[in-house]
Amino acid sequence: MSQGKYQAEHATHSSRIGVTLIGATFVVLALAPFWGDRQTLRLLAEIFTFVALASLWNLLAGYAGLVSVGQQAFVGLGGYLLFALVILLDVHPIAAILIAGPIGALVAVPVATLIFRLRGAYFAIGTWVVAEVFRLLASQISALGGGSGISLPAAVVIAMAPSRQLREFETYWLALALTGAVLGAIVALLRSRHGLALTAIRDNEVAAQSNGIDVTRIKFIVYMLTGFGTAMIGALIFLMKLRISPDTAFSVNDWTAFVIFITVIGGIGRIEGPIIGTIVFFMLRQALADLGSLYLLMMGAVAIVVMLWAPKGLWGLIAERFGWQALPLQRYLVLAPKTEQPGGKP
Amino acid sequence: MAPLLALENISKRFGAVVVADSVNLALAEGEALGIIGPNGAGKTTLFGIAAGTVAPDAGRVIFAGEDITRLPPERRCRKGIARSFQVPQPFSGMTVFENVVVAAAFAGGVREASVYDACADLLDRCGLADKANKRAGGLTLLDRKRLELARALATKPRVLLLDEVAGGLTEHECAALVTLIKDVRAGGVSIVWIEHVVHALLAAVDRLLVLHGGKFIAEGDPRSVIRSPQVAEIYMGIAADA
Repeated sequence: MSQGKYQAEHATHSSRIGVTLIGATFVVLALAPFWGDRQTLRLLAEIFTFVALASLWNLLAGYAGLVSVGQQAFVGLGGYLLFALVILLDVHPIAAILIAGPIGALVAVPVATLIFRLRGAYFAIGTWVVAEVFRLLASQISALGGGSGISLPAAVVIAMAPSRQLREFETYWLALALTGAVLGAIVALLRSRHGLALTAIRDNEVAAQSNGIDVTRIKFIVYMLTGFGTAMIGALIFLMKLRISPDTAFSVNDWTAFVIFITVIGGIGRIEGPIIGTIVFFMLRQALADLGSLYLLMMGAVAIVVMLWAPKGLWGLIAERFGWQALPLQRYLVLAPKTEQPGGKP
Repeated sequence: MAPLLALENISKRFGAVVVADSVNLALAEGEALGIIGPNGAGKTTLFGIAAGTVAPDAGRVIFAGEDITRLPPERRCRKGIARSFQVPQPFSGMTVFENVVVAAAFAGGVREASVYDACADLLDRCGLADKANKRAGGLTLLDRKRLELARALATKPRVLLLDEVAGGLTEHECAALVTLIKDVRAGGVSIVWIEHVVHALLAAVDRLLVLHGGKFIAEGDPRSVIRSPQVAEIYMGIAADA
């Protein structure tokens, strides 16, 4: 194995702390069934799905510059795939969630071919139109309840686990595992060669192109990957809800507006942003839930304040001021220490 | 000998403004060419057309005997055409080191780890070694210009298009830049250099072209071109400090 004078290191002091904290949090969360009540588990599972959705949207809009307001197309697609596979083809719900991923990626191919012809605001509107088309199509499927929707049959739900409590544990762990997998996959992607290209595209598309990066191809790949992840999370969300209808499945408010809010206040174009954003979003939601529609106004006010005072989001503000990164993504040039070279002689 | 890079009868207009009017340009292998001209003469547009970020209305771009008029920028970069941007365009959220790694790895189509040594050396040559792990967005204008050059060189170009890299440099920095560019050229890289800092240009190029109103109005030996009546006229009597 040949090794040069120099090598690159990803980890920094702050990222070592970050990874340790994230690892510890993951363990605490994995043990939640032993310390939390039903309400807590349900809330946490919902939080996980939003972390995953926002992280995927961040990859799409924050890194690849594809500002989609139509990711509800894939959330709904995943949800409907779950119900179709379970009800019509007798597939186990968990298997259905895993199948929803690849189908989501496949569906993303023709959608991308169509909407990639559009730029900027037209692209955004195009994605929304696609999601609306999906909604209308879903409402035409009478076997899945047409416009009024359908519930997951009680027999299927009961068959998932021996008791209600175990089933709730199972869905909770599933949500944690899937979100962990989505985040892990995003980190792995960003640390890879593709991630280097993607980060360059995030910072400057023209320069990326002029330096040999096939921008269109990378965007296409990212669109497919987010289609994969979003459909899977969509299936999970509706396994937790146990009921689906075109309006809830393809809701621009739930699956796009909130997700954009989360990503923007947390810090777009940074992997930590959506996690911070989701925490803030749910804290606000829990604190303001009793205020009725005033709660949405307050959310809007928070969004405006953050956008004015910290246009790069809360994590963006922190990261730029202190140079922190919670996850080891950046490459730091270091002189390769001679003694640690593989096969190196002292 | 066939030119390495040639623009053939290139025309381009933005609305009513003609920025290139049947322009012909031929760069020989190993040559260093300078282009001057007043603001708005169409200099940067020519670079855009050569590098593939601007599509010409008419004409062809030939590189190493191949018609590349319809090739996207990334493919041209991989073939060996590198450019620096007049307004530096760093990947501002990435480190200086990552900036050059991107260019080296993707233009060369090679594994990331295989370019680390070359990139570190390049940063050293361009005076950025001590800032390798700094965020590119936090650099001063001078360092951004250095990075612009380092990144273009990282692509291992056959042709280097330099767009006003000397502006704003001190006398000393400018001399260092000229040395670096001469050095790059000695390594076999052909150069087209757009520059307002005429004395820097004259120190490094073999041939000088004057672009005005989308046409080349003078061409030839740098020192005689700079004294030509055409140049005196378009610069309205501003004496060249050659």
